[in-house]
Parts: sequence; structure tokens; C-alpha cells
Amino acid sequence: MNTRLAIVATLAWRNLWRNYRRTAIMLLTIALGVWAMIFMSALMRGMVDEIVRNGLQTLPGEVQIHHLDYRRDPSVVNSIAMPSGELLEALNRPPVTAWSARVRVPAIVSSERDSRGVTLLGVAPGDESKLGSAPDKIVQGRWLTSPDDKGVVMGASLVRRLETSLGKRIVIMSQDPNNEVADRGARIVGIYKARLPGTEDIFVYTGRTVIQKMLSLGSSVSEIALTADSYRTVHSWYPGIVSAAGGELEVLPWTELDTFLSAMLGVQDGFALVFMVVVFLALSFGLVNTLVMAVFERVREIGLMLALGMNPGLVMGQILLESLYLLLVGLGVGNIAAYATLKWLEDGIDISGVAQGMEMMNMSSTLYPALQARDMWMSTAVVICLGLAASLLPAWRASRLDPVAALAKN
Amino acid sequence: MSAIICRELCKTFHQGDQVITGLDHVSLEINEGSFTCLAGPSGSGKTTLLNAMGGLDTPDSGEIRVGDMQLDQMSRGQLADMRLHNIGFVFQAYNLIPVLSARENIEFVMQVQGVGRKQRLQRSAEVLAEVGLSGMEDRLPAQMSGGQQQRVAVARAIASKPKLVLADEPTANLDSKSAAELMALFEGLNTQRGITFVIATHDARVMAYARRLISMRDGRIIADEQQQPRAMVL
Repeated sequence: MNTRLAIVATLAWRNLWRNYRRTAIMLLTIALGVWAMIFMSALMRGMVDEIVRNGLQTLPGEVQIHHLDYRRDPSVVNSIAMPSGELLEALNRPPVTAWSARVRVPAIVSSERDSRGVTLLGVAPGDESKLGSAPDKIVQGRWLTSPDDKGVVMGASLVRRLETSLGKRIVIMSQDPNNEVADRGARIVGIYKARLPGTEDIFVYTGRTVIQKMLSLGSSVSEIALTADSYRTVHSWYPGIVSAAGGELEVLPWTELDTFLSAMLGVQDGFALVFMVVVFLALSFGLVNTLVMAVFERVREIGLMLALGMNPGLVMGQILLESLYLLLVGLGVGNIAAYATLKWLEDGIDISGVAQGMEMMNMSSTLYPALQARDMWMSTAVVICLGLAASLLPAWRASRLDPVAALAKN
Repeated sequence: MSAIICRELCKTFHQGDQVITGLDHVSLEINEGSFTCLAGPSGSGKTTLLNAMGGLDTPDSGEIRVGDMQLDQMSRGQLADMRLHNIGFVFQAYNLIPVLSARENIEFVMQVQGVGRKQRLQRSAEVLAEVGLSGMEDRLPAQMSGGQQQRVAVARAIASKPKLVLADEPTANLDSKSAAELMALFEGLNTQRGITFVIATHDARVMAYARRLISMRDGRIIADEQQQPRAMVL
């Protein structure tokens, strides 16, 4: 069997190069198709990655822990204790890379000129920075220094709307667990700019302890947000947190906290596959034509092989192997070209010309393609499976040639 | 013992509305070790008969046996297998696979048979020497003359030690000298190795080599003569 495969492999490889020009054109076509598949997938994946990561930054975290009733009624009534015992251990060991306990309440912020509804976040600034949910860029003043920091850090857009400035005092007003109004004055110690300008109007940061005192929460918090820096694999590790938290707390992954983001991932994967199939269907016509021509030009030779006693199955196998060689070489070139292109673009593609529109989609003005091995494997599988399927008919027809008629052809 | 037995073979072809008789109740027996020519003009049925003997074409009716194998009852795959292991072919033209060297062409049948590399190399060297082409192992068909290509085809045909070699107009595209050399080679293989040769030809010079001459016309055998072979006149 090995000797038969060897002769079939030899014939397939050498026949591939009989018409250099045609083979080169087909190889270029396949390589270009593969390059397009991988490049577009990486581009789409980068876009979705950014949308998801920005969403997770806003959420924040890949997993959140709340009071059982918090999501139904996100008020300070439904607060939880700071983590301890088994839960604290789980939060402080891998795969968790960072976590932050925060107070999160709706509030009114008033300057001497105006008032706005905001989401007031009482945070431990160090934990918040590790989690990745600290403001992107402090443009004036400073970030909070500790959970006891009495200053507030606000978004530049909110500062403009309130017609206030760094160093000025503002009043924060919210509701305590007894439904009493709780308020206090605070000085603006920092102004931030966010990648998504819309968030500048929403989030106001202050020290966690300050808010806990203002709202008479003791050491309770609204939520605990955590991350393992791998949002795609959250379902593999978050059950450990669920079990550590016990039945008194609700532990949810980001896919349930933000179903839109979750749907984006599914759409992206599905879209990538559809795109790959469409690209390949387009270039499969060229592949079929190449094989049909190759068989047409070799009718007498195929007739000779059949006459000499080569099994029709081996003839078919030879044509399919020829197609496979073509696909593999094209795949190799396409993958290398795609990798090189994406490596060159790893610092991002500036799309600031359409930045306004991108902000609406929760994206920044720099697009970072995200190459994943699975995209390369998927394009390889699509090309090989569909390529061989497209080659079946010409290969089968070659195997069915009548040796006498084939030998008689001019 | 008979190498080939044909009984009442009939074969017709259809060309548009026309029905052409390829074989018309042809019966004959060819003994092992014989050197037989099927002679006749174009359209006489000699190639059709040769193809039927080789299992390349299935007659419409009749019986055909090669050795102890009944070809008319075999499937396509079985016929391919029969040809692979029992018959060597030499065609008029386009005998060799263009992308394979002389040695690889000779080894082709053996490789499809599953013969190991060492054995193939040894055998191909032997037959190349036998046909007078030692040193040309690595040449491609495009790098050889017509006569040399036919010699390689003969080498391939005998490399797997078949009992029967069928040749269809093997000298048609050769000059006289090459044709004479080729026929001398056939004759030598027949007398020294006992290989049965059946050659379809309309070339009188080739017919001169035959010990048995079967003449055909319009799909029928019109004469079947034993004769003393004579060397080809250049």
C-alpha cells in the first residue's frame, strides 16, 4: 500500500508543476483568499475584543458578586459584606488576577451652577487600578490615593457640564438604607478622560470608606468585581467562585451580566465562519477549473495508467492529492502572509476618521487586530474540506475514463 | 497450453446513426510462448481484438479467457487488476508518463503492484540493460527519441514478468532502424524468455517477424497462417 501511495504522491506533486503559470495563479488565489479570511477574522475579532473589553471595563470585571436581590433593586439596601473566609481565599488565588469591592449607588452631583445624575463609585483606588476599571487618563489633578480619600474624581465632560473645575467643591447626594437623603460636600481632586467619552458623564469616583460612612453602610459594599484576564474562558473558572461564595450571594459571569456583549462574541465567531466559507466558495470555482483543465490535458496519460492496471480509486486519489498539495501550499503562503501583515499592524490601525461612529459601538479610534490560532485553524479546515469537496467531481470523472477512448484522444 | 482463448467474440460501435462492426464472431486460440501478429488495414478489428484480449474493452458477446481467467465475467476493477498482474502493454504512441523518468516509468507497474523499492530498482536496472538503455535511467521521456521511448515502454511491459505482452502498432511512429531494433528486441524476449507476444500491425515488415499471422478484415479473421519469421528488411 505504501508503494502505491508513494507513486500517487509523486505523480500528484510533479503534475502540479507541469503548468507553472496556472499553478502559480491558483496558488496566489488560494493564498490571497486565506490571507483575507485570517486578516478579516483578526480584524473582526479585534473589534469585538475591544467592544467586549471596553464593556468589561465599564461593567467592570468578568465576574461580579452581589446580594441576591441587588440586580432587581440596585440600592444600598441590597449590600453585601466584605469578602472573608473561603471567598476571600478564592479571590486571592489564581486564576483571579484582581478584584475590587465597591460601593455603587445612583447619586446627584451638584456644582454651584448645575446638577447631574451620576453613578457614584466608592472604591479602593489600588484595587480598582488592578482590576482595570480605574479611569483611563487623569488629565488634571490626581487619582484617589486610598479608600479614605475624601476627594472626588470626575470626567472632563461632566466637569464641563457642571461648569466647575479642578479644586472646586461639589455636593454629592444619595439615599441611605433607611431611604433618608444623605449628602456631603467634596472637592474635585482629579479630572479624567475616558476612551469612551460617554462614561465621563456617568461615573464619579471617591474613596469607598467615605461613601460607606456617608450612607451608614458600615463595611458593606454593593458589589465585588473580579477578573482573571481571560474573558473567553470565564465559564471554566467562575464556578469555583460560586462555590466559595456559598448560596447567600449571587455570582454571575459577564456573559449573563451583559448579554449584548455575550451575543457579540457569538455573532463574531459565526460571522467569521460565514465569511471564510463565502471567500472560499468564490475561489473554489478557480480550483475546480484548474483541476478540470489538468484532467482534460492528461486524458491520454490517465487512460494509459488505467490501461496499465492502475485502480480507478488510485487515479481519483492522485487528482485529489494534487488538489490537496495545491491547497496546502496556498494555505502555507496565505497563513504566513496573514501573520506577517497582522504582526506589522499589531500597534493598531488608526481609524480616527470614523471615530465618532466607532464611539457609538463602544470602540476607540485605534483598531487592534487580534490574531488567534483558532482562526488560522478554522481557515485551514474550511479550505481543505471545501477544496477537497470541490475537487471530488473532476477526480471522479478522471477515474471513470474509458482507457481505450482516453488513449485514442489526440 | 493456451495463453488466450476467444470464442465467438462480437463487438459493435455506434457512430451517430452508423453501426460499425468491430468484431464479428471471432474465435481463436493463442498458445503460450507464441509470437503472433494480428494483421489488417485500418478498421479491420485488430485493435478491437487486442483490446478485448487485454481486458481494455468488453465484447458485446462471446467468451474470452486469458490463462485461467474469464475476462467477460470480470468487473472493471477486476479487469484492472488482471491487466496489472498478467499483461504488459506497448501502445503505438504516448506510452510513457511524462513526469516520470525512464526508471520510474519502468517501475510504475511494479509500484502499483506493491513491489518493494529494492526489488524494483534491481529489476528496472536489469530490464533497462536488456533493452539496451543502461545509463538512461534518469532521463525524462521528452529527453529521449521515439525509439528509446518505445524501448522503455517495452522494458516496462516486461519488468513485472508478465506472461503476455500485447503491442498495438508499436512501430507506427518509428523510423525503419528503430522499428527493426524494436522487433529484434521483441523476438529476443520471445525466444529467450518465452513471453507470449500478440502484436497488432498493418506494417508488412513487422508481420515478417511473426511465426503466426492472423489476417483480419471487417471484424473477421480471414486467414490464420503459420510462417517462418524473417528479419526485417531495412
